[in-house]
Amino acid sequence: MTSAVAARGGRLAKLGLVNSVGLVFVGLGIAWLIWNIVDGPRLFARLLVGGLSNGALFALIALGYTMVYGIIELINFAHGDLFMLGAVMGAIMLEQWFGQTKSSPTGWILLAVAMLGAMAFCAAVNVVIERFAYRRLRNAPKLAPLITAVGVSFILQNIGIRINGSAPHSRTSVLPTKEISVGGVGIRVAYIVVIAITVPLLLFMTWLVQKTKIGKAMRATAQDRDAARLMGIDVDKIISFTFALGGALAGAAGMLFVEVNRRTSYDLGFRLGLIAFTAAVLGGVGNLLGAVIGGVFIGVIQALNDGAPHGLGQEWTQTVMFSILILMIIFRPGGLFGKHAQEKV
Amino acid sequence: MTIIPQGARSTWNSLPPVARTAIPAVLLMALAIAGPQLASGPTGWLPITTLVFCAVYALFSMGLNIVVGYAGLLDLGYVAFFLFGAYVAAWLMSDFWYTRSIHILDAAHKVIDPTTHQPVSAQGIHLSFWIVMVVAALVAAIGGVIIGWPTLRLKSDYLALVTLGFGEILPEVFRNADFRTVSNPDALNLTNGTKGIGPLDPIGNGFLRHLTNGVIPKAVTPSDYRAKYYIILIFVVLFVYVSIKLRGGKLGRAWLAIREDELAASLMGVPLMRTKLWSYAIGAAAGGFAGTFYATTVGIVNVDTFIFSFSIIILCAVILGGMGNVWGAIVGGVVITWFNYTGLVWIGEKMNSALGTKVKLKDYEFGFFGMILVLMMLFRPQGLIPAARQKQVQELERQIEQQEVVPT
Repeated sequence: MTSAVAARGGRLAKLGLVNSVGLVFVGLGIAWLIWNIVDGPRLFARLLVGGLSNGALFALIALGYTMVYGIIELINFAHGDLFMLGAVMGAIMLEQWFGQTKSSPTGWILLAVAMLGAMAFCAAVNVVIERFAYRRLRNAPKLAPLITAVGVSFILQNIGIRINGSAPHSRTSVLPTKEISVGGVGIRVAYIVVIAITVPLLLFMTWLVQKTKIGKAMRATAQDRDAARLMGIDVDKIISFTFALGGALAGAAGMLFVEVNRRTSYDLGFRLGLIAFTAAVLGGVGNLLGAVIGGVFIGVIQALNDGAPHGLGQEWTQTVMFSILILMIIFRPGGLFGKHAQEKV
Repeated sequence: MTIIPQGARSTWNSLPPVARTAIPAVLLMALAIAGPQLASGPTGWLPITTLVFCAVYALFSMGLNIVVGYAGLLDLGYVAFFLFGAYVAAWLMSDFWYTRSIHILDAAHKVIDPTTHQPVSAQGIHLSFWIVMVVAALVAAIGGVIIGWPTLRLKSDYLALVTLGFGEILPEVFRNADFRTVSNPDALNLTNGTKGIGPLDPIGNGFLRHLTNGVIPKAVTPSDYRAKYYIILIFVVLFVYVSIKLRGGKLGRAWLAIREDELAASLMGVPLMRTKLWSYAIGAAAGGFAGTFYATTVGIVNVDTFIFSFSIIILCAVILGGMGNVWGAIVGGVVITWFNYTGLVWIGEKMNSALGTKVKLKDYEFGFFGMILVLMMLFRPQGLIPAARQKQVQELERQIEQQEVVPT
């Protein structure tokens, strides 16, 4: 008994320390931002737009992670690789099947078609993965589905190697390469297109989850699977639907990624997936709006780190991203806005 | 379910427990000692280099077995500890710090002095392999505690992610820790960047040479894979013993308790943090230790070796063999290593010549390892050689199920 009390006291004392250390990190981050703004406001604005566009893509991927985690408490390691497959399939459809390599109105329409194709493809793949790999393990010890997810990620990467090649593959884009000037700051048209497509998608998602009947069923399943089943919800179907939705968003993100970055590689998903997961953690896993904000935040930080005058440069991107991930998980596992939920006993 | 005939099974089960452990152990040992005799040429089914790697990977997977198998902590960045071990070996056993010249019981090569034409000791820090081995294990254990201390209080899935993050950060830090540029060639260089560090000194034979009046050479020559294999085998056996002792001891039982039910374990008075940290430290020490063997076997330490798939291949070995069982870890490690280094190519060639196909099986490596993970988790989560305890639990569950089915 006494030891329990002592442990509690120790824990409280540690929490105080942990919070103050966390605040120091936040303070340092803000100071670094201001330093970059002061030293190059033009460049900062330019990077900000690029970061927002990348962040929008991260948000799309992060949503897939967060929804799946919310509903079956599984970190779906394969989700990033699904995004990679979406990118590769989208690029193949647009370039090879439709033969579009230049910016033209036909190209733009077919881009929309290819994007829908990539979304459908990824949704289907994700549903199949859930059906054959994860469903059987829903009640297994927690390690089992995690390890399975890692295995699925490897299988998807192998598929990526088969259809994309083991070396990075440069792709063409149907979006115009030119920049438009807003207040003296050059902004790539592609970035604007990405933001213009992503924002409605995200709004649609929010509407779907918050306002529709199936969204209500999703939230119910996430809260208590057994109770949801008793209320007449077909839990299996809802989980499949969630995977389909997450897959579709990953497919959309993949297609847009190719249009902006003009390259694909089989290991694209592993890195970007983890960065997107960082975004999900930042916003609080399971929190849809949080994932979006986290994605944008991470996108901007990455852009600044890679290009700003006081950034560490591209060779340190992963270190910065994963440090944020680790610090977040240690100091605020509930996300920037979430409360740290007590684990159910 | 069962492949083995019922009669053989019951005879086996009627043997005393000591025999049931000793017989496979002796058979395995005999096979291991005979290994180099079974080995084929470099293009055959078992090149001797593959055999050496099998032994090294057996060490790796036994180390990971302590973390994942015994304590149930999913570590997806175990490669970080190999990296520690390998770089400690690289720093202490090569010409890398060429501005110094420190030699302790080393077996380093000699260089000819250009002015006196006499052989002199090479530049750099050169320590005896046997010292480096211990240092590397200690460094990795400290690394494990540093990584583990803030992260081990996390839930299992977050822990997996954080270890993965560390496993990605460390290679990047080591890759970037060469700050020399064209304009500043004298800047700090800790790791030689992507070029790597090498060649490493050979393993010294030390006092054995004096004992045998110089019959045994001063050091194991880099191409003497047979000697390397037997040296590593000694440590594999040693580590099997340590693993079994740990598993049966107080610490091992505490690990199992945490693995099965963390809350219940803490209520029974198991100190969670300390117990988990020990598993991390011991697993890390084994990883660092094996990392030095890996480094001396390869002869050059390059950061691009220590990537995520390395961690996953070791995880694959532990899962395939059976989590929580040291024999499983060894068998898994050997089988996976064989497939990784030789098996896939060899089987692919055999298949192509037999069927006239042109499949490069090596291209399906990732899918192969991924499939193993998925299929094992789906159909045989206890592994090929399940831990004895796991079997008992299953037997109990089966009995309970039968009782429930029988109508009263």
